[in-house]
Amino acid sequence: MVFDMYQEFILDYYRHPRNFGTLPHPDMISHDVNTSCGDEVTMQVLVKDDRIGNIRFTGKGCAICIASSSMLTEHALGKTLDEVSRFTKDDVLNLISIPISCVRLKCALLGLKVLKLGVYQFLGKKLEVQDEN
Amino acid sequence: MRLVSRFNPLDVRKDFPFFEKGLVYLDTAATAQKPKAVLESMTECYVEHNANVHRGVYALAQEATDLYEGARKRVAKFINASSGEIVFVRNATEAINLVAQSWGRANISKGDVILVTVMEHHSNIVPWQMLAKSAGASLEFVPVSKDGLLDMDAARLSLRKKPKLFAFTHVSNVLGAVNPAKELIALAHREGVPVLLDASQSVPHVRLDVGELGVDFLVFSGHKLYGPHIGVLYAKRSLLEAMEPVLGGGDMIKEVALSHSTWNDAPWKFEAGTPNVSGAVGLAAAMDYLDALGFDAIASHEKDIMDYALEGLDSLGCVAIYGPRDRVGVISFNFGDMHAHDVSSVLDESGVCVRSGHHCAQPLMGELKIPACARMSFGVYTTRSDIDRAMEALRKAKVVFGL
Repeated sequence: MVFDMYQEFILDYYRHPRNFGTLPHPDMISHDVNTSCGDEVTMQVLVKDDRIGNIRFTGKGCAICIASSSMLTEHALGKTLDEVSRFTKDDVLNLISIPISCVRLKCALLGLKVLKLGVYQFLGKKLEVQDEN
Repeated sequence: MRLVSRFNPLDVRKDFPFFEKGLVYLDTAATAQKPKAVLESMTECYVEHNANVHRGVYALAQEATDLYEGARKRVAKFINASSGEIVFVRNATEAINLVAQSWGRANISKGDVILVTVMEHHSNIVPWQMLAKSAGASLEFVPVSKDGLLDMDAARLSLRKKPKLFAFTHVSNVLGAVNPAKELIALAHREGVPVLLDASQSVPHVRLDVGELGVDFLVFSGHKLYGPHIGVLYAKRSLLEAMEPVLGGGDMIKEVALSHSTWNDAPWKFEAGTPNVSGAVGLAAAMDYLDALGFDAIASHEKDIMDYALEGLDSLGCVAIYGPRDRVGVISFNFGDMHAHDVSSVLDESGVCVRSGHHCAQPLMGELKIPACARMSFGVYTTRSDIDRAMEALRKAKVVFGL
């Protein structure tokens, strides 16, 4: 049921996204767009002792995209870059804990893709397509 | 061909096997469903008359050629052109690219300006950007006024500067606004500016007459016209004759020697390789079908649906509608503070198909200052009960989204 997708906490994260905004001197900035729908997310991270010291995101997108990106920033805060670089699709799906239809999967995973893009760039690694999932 | 004396959408709907699925299809502006007559004409083309065209001397090959060229005549008649002015291509996008790559390369040079509008579909922006980049030309855009109409004063001013071409859409695929094509073409011609008209969103709704419009180039897609995936480029004969082909190969040549080749006459010189015969035949059948319904009847039916849907959306109380009240084919809207994808997902759950996103019109989205919108679009088969089901789904969505 698609209605299960729009539980109160998802709408709350959409309307009041946590960690929404920018950082004054971020160590990494990453950005990507879902070409099929136009959703876009930018992540900014401050690195402290190889960990996510602070994190903010901005973006335009649907409730699923904004809520999942926001939850991901909360989840990533304080984690080591190595841990974040190994975040998977299932980690995000567990975080948002709502049923996601396959057409909306891209919305849910855009934040993850952008965050990993930034971390991989920072670590000097290349994000392979299969890593997105 | 089926003749309907009085337009009844419920009868019309029976002609479209698609609706057996029980879906409410409100995305006709993206692609229209196909009537049985179109599907049958295409099947018959493959079962009864399949041979390569313009080739064999056996009777069957001649039948196939006659069908294909007959379809060209039918398309010409539909827009009041002559068949030598009709080029079959893949879609409207390809037709615009053909003009850009052929006419454009020969006529646009460094420092020239190509005039378009901000309400264009990407297909009427990107080919000109590509041409401008290679030729050292630039693009200028006619803006949209606050009421969602083309800014005519700005268009006049831009035309006075004599751009090399004015390319614009007849009907916006987002706003539904109908641009005064005849007036704009006359204004452009007064300045000696040739015009390309993108009729993709108008041809399913209004009767087009290239003679009356006086337009130089006109493009549209068959699949939005209840036909198959084929496109049409109309160009005035003198233009087509002067234009160089873009694709080389079989059928587009008169003679081929090892050192050089000579081109076939227009329109065939633009149709390299085996063409989409069943597509052309299906498109001709779609035109027969629409003519039998009658454009006056189609227009009055679609206006009824449009007004009914606008009323319904207004009554929801949380809907922002983009574009003028007086419109054709589409209603683009946003629902409270929800993103269009969320609206579309919830409608999908109720079996209602609406488009969401930027509608291949990102510059216009920027102008409207929205990232995306949802869009309902209508056709000959749309009924008031489709709209009722959509409104019911939106009322449900209102509760789900806490609006």
